[in-house]
Amino acid sequence: MTKVISTKTGTESQILAVGSYRPKRVVPNSEIVDRIDSSDEWIQQRTGIETRRFAGSDETVLDMATWAAEAALKNAKLSISDIDTIIVATITFPFQAPSAATAILQRLGHPKAAAFDVNAACAGFSYGVAMAHDFIKSGTSKHVLVIGAEKISDFTDPNDRATAFIFADGAGAVVIGPSRDAGIGPVEWGSDADSRDAILMNPSWVDIRDNETQLTKAGGKWPNISQEGQKVFRWAVFSMSKAALKALESAGLTVNDLDAFIPHQANIRIIETMAKEMDMPDSVIIADDIRTNGNTSAASIPLAMDALLDKHPELHGKLALLIGYGAGLVYAGQVVRLPEKP
Amino acid sequence: MALSPADVLAGIKEIVEEVAGIPAASIELGKNFTEDLEVDSLSMVEVVVACEERFGVKIPDEKVTELATVGDAVNFIVNAAA
Repeated sequence: MTKVISTKTGTESQILAVGSYRPKRVVPNSEIVDRIDSSDEWIQQRTGIETRRFAGSDETVLDMATWAAEAALKNAKLSISDIDTIIVATITFPFQAPSAATAILQRLGHPKAAAFDVNAACAGFSYGVAMAHDFIKSGTSKHVLVIGAEKISDFTDPNDRATAFIFADGAGAVVIGPSRDAGIGPVEWGSDADSRDAILMNPSWVDIRDNETQLTKAGGKWPNISQEGQKVFRWAVFSMSKAALKALESAGLTVNDLDAFIPHQANIRIIETMAKEMDMPDSVIIADDIRTNGNTSAASIPLAMDALLDKHPELHGKLALLIGYGAGLVYAGQVVRLPEKP
Repeated sequence: MALSPADVLAGIKEIVEEVAGIPAASIELGKNFTEDLEVDSLSMVEVVVACEERFGVKIPDEKVTELATVGDAVNFIVNAAA
């Protein structure tokens, strides 16, 4: 008789700690506007962005990710050797292989854990949180480091009127570990892949090498990000508010049970209109890190979470709804219990 | 369901007033959303989605840019609902 395969079972999970790294250089709108024939007022009105941060040459995507991870580990009172799995959400690590995750492990001095990168753009962090939870629940992992890190300034055309003022750099990380009670709710995730052209990086490396295309002729020496603003706004506001409500529902909660709402920091208008669509009560504190730090793609949720806990320490241990959404188009959202005060 | 142009105009007035804070009295068929009413591109998306819900029509993304004036929107919605 064929023997049966034995399996493991794990526990519930929770976010044990968060940490972040913001680049040193603060860039006001005044530094961006001349190249795109825009104004501070226009940018603030359309996006809420007052300043953003661009990383310098001494702040690579790996540097920022590593520093954010170190901060999260310190807050969790754990060392890197406690981590058995590392997930890095990024679309701006400038090497095809090996992964950013392995480079970060090597830098942190524990080149042993399971390690991989996630390409889910601005939804990448929430994808990572979902997987970390499932790995712990299934007994695959015990402590997972989830990092969102981006240096999008490397992949943005500073003359592109549709993107130059939106995207920014930074890194945030969380340590996720075992918990007696559920600290991470079921993920609501999916895609709208028919709209995969709405946000993309073009041209491909192969086109850059081999072919003269409209994009390579126009001076595209490397892939840079483009976005159809109206299309993304519509999808983000009206489809994502529904997805976020589903994530709440699958956790057995309503907007009235929430303490905080930490959506991907894409645009304050998206955030505010989503909150309105969801009938979010005034008692829910809504993250608005976009105003001073721009859209940092996969890094935006952990950066916003860290900033929110700094500003509102009473939110430690409270319930927050996360939703990430971006290029793909892909999305993922879940309810989490915010980490206790370190 | 057939919609009358007057009903659609009245509905659009209410929606534009709510979304963009523009007094309904200043919203007329010949007014251009962007230039005359200063409805920006993101508010326009909100107006479009509200119109879809209210009038039960689909206004695809690629059509939104063709709706320059209030009259364009009324015509599109009346024809789409016919």
